Amino acid sequence: MKVKLLIMVVMMLALSSFCFAQDNATEAGTEDTDTTAVVESIILPAPPGNLTGIDKPNDHGHAAILSWDLSPDDGAGENSVLKYEIYKWVPQLMLDINLVRDSLSVIQRILRNTTSGITEGTQADSMKIVFEKYSRDELFDIRNTLIAHVKQENTGLAEASNSYPENGAWLFVDKKPSGTKSFVHIGSKDFKSAGFVPDFANLYYRVDAVTIDGAKSSSKVLGPIQTSGQWYNTYRTPVVFSVLFFTLLTIYFVREARKGADLYVRPLGGIEAVDDAIGRATEMGRPILYVLGLGSAADIATIASFTILGRVAKKVAEYQTELLVPTYDPIVMTVAQEVVKSAYLDAGRPDAYKEDTVHFVTQSQFAYVAAVNGIMLRELPATNVYMGKFFAESLILAETGALAGSIQISGTDEIAQIPFFIVACDYTLIGEELYAASAYLGKEPVLLGSLKAQDYAKAAIILLAVIGVVLAQFEFGAAFVNLFEVAN
Amino acid sequence: MKRTVPLIITFVVGTVLILSVFIPPMENLGENFTLFFDIIAVFAFFLGGGNLVRVHFQKISRKSDDFQFSFVTLIGFFVMLSAGLFKIGNPGDIASSVTADGSLFNTIYQSVFVPLSSTMYALLAFFVASASYRAFRAKNREATWLLIAAFIILLGSTPFGTMLTSWVPESWSIFHIPNLAVWLMSSPNLAGQRAIIIGIGLGVVSISLRLILGLERTYLGDDSA
Repeated sequence: MKVKLLIMVVMMLALSSFCFAQDNATEAGTEDTDTTAVVESIILPAPPGNLTGIDKPNDHGHAAILSWDLSPDDGAGENSVLKYEIYKWVPQLMLDINLVRDSLSVIQRILRNTTSGITEGTQADSMKIVFEKYSRDELFDIRNTLIAHVKQENTGLAEASNSYPENGAWLFVDKKPSGTKSFVHIGSKDFKSAGFVPDFANLYYRVDAVTIDGAKSSSKVLGPIQTSGQWYNTYRTPVVFSVLFFTLLTIYFVREARKGADLYVRPLGGIEAVDDAIGRATEMGRPILYVLGLGSAADIATIASFTILGRVAKKVAEYQTELLVPTYDPIVMTVAQEVVKSAYLDAGRPDAYKEDTVHFVTQSQFAYVAAVNGIMLRELPATNVYMGKFFAESLILAETGALAGSIQISGTDEIAQIPFFIVACDYTLIGEELYAASAYLGKEPVLLGSLKAQDYAKAAIILLAVIGVVLAQFEFGAAFVNLFEVAN
Repeated sequence: MKRTVPLIITFVVGTVLILSVFIPPMENLGENFTLFFDIIAVFAFFLGGGNLVRVHFQKISRKSDDFQFSFVTLIGFFVMLSAGLFKIGNPGDIASSVTADGSLFNTIYQSVFVPLSSTMYALLAFFVASASYRAFRAKNREATWLLIAAFIILLGSTPFGTMLTSWVPESWSIFHIPNLAVWLMSSPNLAGQRAIIIGIGLGVVSISLRLILGLERTYLGDDSA
């Protein structure tokens, strides 16, 4: 009951502010008339012509593409056009809903304690004064009721749009500089958002050419047009074929590998050095430091690093060497602990696993670097392995390791960090080699099969790139090049 | 069961997310899935903090080497935790932001943490110098080419580079050192980078397929493929 009463208060507030806006508009309108008298002496620009619009293809709906011919005074004629303003006609119902949305926004700000930015004397301020009288629980109820109200009202938008040009107003959408001939109006699909554009509702647009003096001429009204969503993005068809090709290639080579085919893959120096490095650590009686980088468990580089860590940990367990894995991310720590524990189990040495082998340090980049550098200088590990995502800390870590006299093996997919690792480390896995490393280390036919597929895909890309370069030199080659274009 | 359920989840989620790239109504699915990740991350913070405290308490109790540093770590951890949790010294009430100006948390962060972080970052300048020295020694043919390219790019970024080749006529402007530096960066360097990026792209697809198809299982703590 209390909530319903409040909705009425909100609507009254909204109505009063709307009337206030109307008064202002009337005053502004009078002002406009006065201005027009002044503007009459200014030459109005010629309006943009031939305004057309279509539903934006290959999207989730709620978006339209507008295009128009430049005003004759844009870059020629009087050359006075400064910009184009795009307007959209909305029914009165949409304006009413927007006012309720404003009140929802104020409630959200009260709930989040972020009302400090609301200016005194504004409509939002009036709403704030009303809503602040309620408890948080009541505000949650009010918010939910208002959301339901907006949702209910939105269902009538398509019908309300049919009333054009009665019962509605032109809303400013965006502006574009002179010389612009098209505009993509991407509306929101969230009915709670002020930028909501309903699908299958009649939409009307106009474009105004505006001069530096503010004089403007409107194009003819475009409409009605409707937006709608599609179920398949045809722009991405080349990607579908590429993914299918690569998947089939992988499945084929994995099957071949399972049948026992001998698959040759190019040896990687960095990977072959891992076994030697672990052996060296065992001989020296010093630990191996494994750094997983700053990536989260969702990064492919970190996932690849987990698989390498598993292989390294197994060897370490077999050789009975000490392993140190300081981590930056708590989730990465949890996964790494599980990986190392399983590796010790697989090696038949579960007793050798220590709980603090994998430990959490901090989630601050340079504090993490300080901690890892401290470990390097105190423990003097025989081997440092850096595999994963690295940023500015890569060189600090690798140089400290070099100063400590450790053998260093690194791998990252961060292009900017690869040169630093190449310079400061003994072996570096460049980009994709990091992903391939686990397959090389395991020597398992199934994983080697997927690597073989990757190599063939690379060969296909090189071949297509060469053909594309040659054909691009000829006019008829454009069709071939366009086959691979992927638009958003 | 311990292995099968995660493999099924990986397969279903991976396949759905691949499909979402091609189906516009599902295009925000990836963002929605990251919410699950964020929820798990919140709990993982407790694991991380708990692990840190446990490891350093053990070091102190066992009086391991350099256990004094563990004292510093634990004191820092608990002081910051208390300052943030109890909002010590916050100018507003308990509802005000933990990072508000004047709060103990913000003061320690700005006065201790930020300068220490900047100090670590500044070390990079010295490490770049020492790494460059090692990289640019002309040990073999490749290293010599690297040295020459680096020398041109270094000179090209300075007024001295411009001055050095200012006598070269405009029709031969490609041989002006700043232009040579731009060419090195935009042609050979960019070509190499793009080759690596294509390789990385294929590698990402390959490892994703291995994960989705359940061929790669080490991340589950399972060594068998």
